[in-house]
Amino acid sequence: MENLHIDQHISRQFNTDLEHLREHLLEMGGLVEEQVADAVRAIESADSELAEKVLRTEDEIDRREVALDEECTLVLARRQPAASDLRLVLMVTKANRDLERMGDEADKIAHMAIALNDAGGATSPRGFVELRHIGNSVQALVNQSLDAFARFDVQTAIQVVKGDKQVDRDYGSAMRELATYMMEDPRSITRVMNIIWALRSLERIGDHARNIAEHVIYLVHGMDVRHTSVGEIEAQLEERE
Amino acid sequence: MQDTVIESKAPTAKTVQVERTKKTTKTESNAMNAKRSPTEIAESITETVGKPLAQNAKLAMRNVNVHYDQKQAVFDVNLDIAENQVVALIGPSGCGKSTFLRCLNRMNDTIDICRVEGSIQLDGMDIYDSKLDVVPLRARVGMVFQKPNPFPKSIYDNVAYGPRIHGLVNRRADLDDVVESSLRKAGLWEEVKDRLESPGTGLSGGQQQRLCIARTIAVSPEVILMDEPCSALDPIATAKIEELIAELSQNFTIAIVTHSMQQAARVSNRTAYFHLGRLVEVNETEKVFTNPDHELTEAYITGRFG
Repeated sequence: MENLHIDQHISRQFNTDLEHLREHLLEMGGLVEEQVADAVRAIESADSELAEKVLRTEDEIDRREVALDEECTLVLARRQPAASDLRLVLMVTKANRDLERMGDEADKIAHMAIALNDAGGATSPRGFVELRHIGNSVQALVNQSLDAFARFDVQTAIQVVKGDKQVDRDYGSAMRELATYMMEDPRSITRVMNIIWALRSLERIGDHARNIAEHVIYLVHGMDVRHTSVGEIEAQLEERE
Repeated sequence: MQDTVIESKAPTAKTVQVERTKKTTKTESNAMNAKRSPTEIAESITETVGKPLAQNAKLAMRNVNVHYDQKQAVFDVNLDIAENQVVALIGPSGCGKSTFLRCLNRMNDTIDICRVEGSIQLDGMDIYDSKLDVVPLRARVGMVFQKPNPFPKSIYDNVAYGPRIHGLVNRRADLDDVVESSLRKAGLWEEVKDRLESPGTGLSGGQQQRLCIARTIAVSPEVILMDEPCSALDPIATAKIEELIAELSQNFTIAIVTHSMQQAARVSNRTAYFHLGRLVEVNETEKVFTNPDHELTEAYITGRFG
């Protein structure tokens, strides 16, 4: 099923219901993307006010998560969807949760930004290179995972899975780098630890983007590819062709 | 430090969403143009997708074609129904599923213009063998119809009728046992045991249908065919029949035609999807309802035919 014709049900109301789920997930996704970008920027530009904005917006994300779940429950109860419709609803509930968790991580990053500022701001740029690099990669992943969903695009989804692997590697080397800084200059430990927590959050956001990408593959092909390596996923997809 | 890419633009939730949706709409409309109509797709089908054949088939149908006069209703169907399995036959009205079901105990014999070709075997025996007597065949392959059709007789006689005419039991005590056990298996005994002599037609719709099922199982069939057995029943009576199907499948092989897809999903082990006389897809029921192989099956079970 390359094309999920969600607009072709006999019941037009059903079309609308599913279309709403999709729209609301994408809206939530857009909001979360913004949160992640703002949180990273708050650290980089030592902007506590921006960090405070992230903390305030977090409530809005929580509210949307609950509302979207409620919507999914109603579709299940009213329509008893089957096949691709069923997979869409299930996928939306799961991706919804992943997005909300991303929001939580953005919230943590914002807290780190405030902590860093309180401790005297960017007295030393150590760790910022890593933060910027991983921050950019992760934001690209979140963006791609949402694109993959919007277009039901499995190829993009696979790119996200691959990209997340790269982020994990970058995260590993950043950790080694930052450990060295701390050994060289024990006074920097508190500050570097805050960067590490922020990096940890970014890495988690990458994992959630990967989850969403996996949900997209499930939605399009009905294949559950959780806990599966990229190689295996590609092999399974090839088998389908 | 400040000249980050992130700086560039932070799209708002709404604009991102609209942008993404635009892209999707475009690809979707392209796909739409390339799409063939369900009729075109169905008419081009030559082979069933999925797994139409099974191990230890109780009923084996090969290359079955059915014509009503000049009009062909079933096209080259191959299907196995395995022992003690429930197979659901689904599809839009006029797709040939009921016609096909009625071939399985030669109910179509009563229709003059109906011609059945191909091979249908029950435990390896050709049921369309010209020397075969249909009466014992129909005792082995029983049928429950859409509308409950009890005989205008007492509840007891409705159930006892089959065993009597087939000469299965002679003594009254044995007959009593058969009637009781059949009514128990049909889940009706507790409700009617005190009024076995009252007319079967006086029961409620759901009870009448269970009476018909009791009547069917009283002659110890091997296969039970059900043609939309719940379409005239309320949800509670339907739930009882479905519960019954699950129990009966331990001892009988069942083929059920149903218009309720949820019902097919609930009661069957395998699901066969018919469209315009073609058997489009046969698969494990859980597969059909979560991730069907054929696009027509998908379109039908998700309610997408316009």
